[in-house]
Amino acid sequence: MARMKFICDAERCIECNGCVTACKAEHDVPWGVNRRRVVTLNDGIPGEKSISVACMHCSDAPCMAVCPVDCFYRTDEGVVLHDKDVCIGCGYCSYACPFGAPQFPTNGTFGLRGKMDKCTFCAGGPEANGSEAEFEKYGRNRLAEGKLPACAEMCSTKALLGGDGDVVADIFRTRVLNRGKGSEVWGWGTAYGKPTQGAPAQPLPKEPTK
Amino acid sequence: MTQPIAFIAVAVAVVLATQLAACGEKPQTATPRKADEKVWQSNDPSYAASGYKAGDAAAWDAQNRQRTQAQNEYNRTR
Repeated sequence: MARMKFICDAERCIECNGCVTACKAEHDVPWGVNRRRVVTLNDGIPGEKSISVACMHCSDAPCMAVCPVDCFYRTDEGVVLHDKDVCIGCGYCSYACPFGAPQFPTNGTFGLRGKMDKCTFCAGGPEANGSEAEFEKYGRNRLAEGKLPACAEMCSTKALLGGDGDVVADIFRTRVLNRGKGSEVWGWGTAYGKPTQGAPAQPLPKEPTK
Repeated sequence: MTQPIAFIAVAVAVVLATQLAACGEKPQTATPRKADEKVWQSNDPSYAASGYKAGDAAAWDAQNRQRTQAQNEYNRTR
């Protein structure tokens, strides 16, 4: 069984925001909600890097762990989804998510925070596949149509890859081997700094003895 | 004498009706999370990818792998 994953190649992403637009159009996402967005590191400085970020459908998802009403579930394909009929819009998942994936539409008389909305990997939700109810709450279910997420499939530079994790990793590996670089451009080291980049930790000064 | 009282009562009722309209509360019944359908089960084939027929897990898996591999431009350029 496939494990669905996204990966964004920072060497290729040109910050066109096509993935963001495709997502919003495909799922009729309301104003103020961005299931996907492009983040640029060192914007405006030569050598800037951009990546497209959405829910990463974590294997050990912190949103699932903190949800007080247990509205999250993981499909057989590893896609993290949630039931909007159970969600109470508390926002705990938003604090727990390291990628800022959970979004909260503003609606109602007093502009109250609505039920959480996030990237579904174009897999809909717990309503019947392809139904009107599923589209209204979660957007299109492209996976059930034999397709892949719209953002990845329409990416013009193929920076954003989505699909079966094994195949995606294979494509990325081939790409890195062909160009001879790129595995280091996005990862833990780029995001948070490599251990060798920082100055060595200084020992704390000893407290004066009395 | 009764006319002004009736008028005030009607006015108060109208004001309360308009001012408290926003306080209406929808029923909040706790519901358990629903079970999702399998991804290879589809009720509407009208938007299915060409050549893909829903209803079979193996067929979906094969379609998924093929579709994912289609993102590999080296397949076309080399």
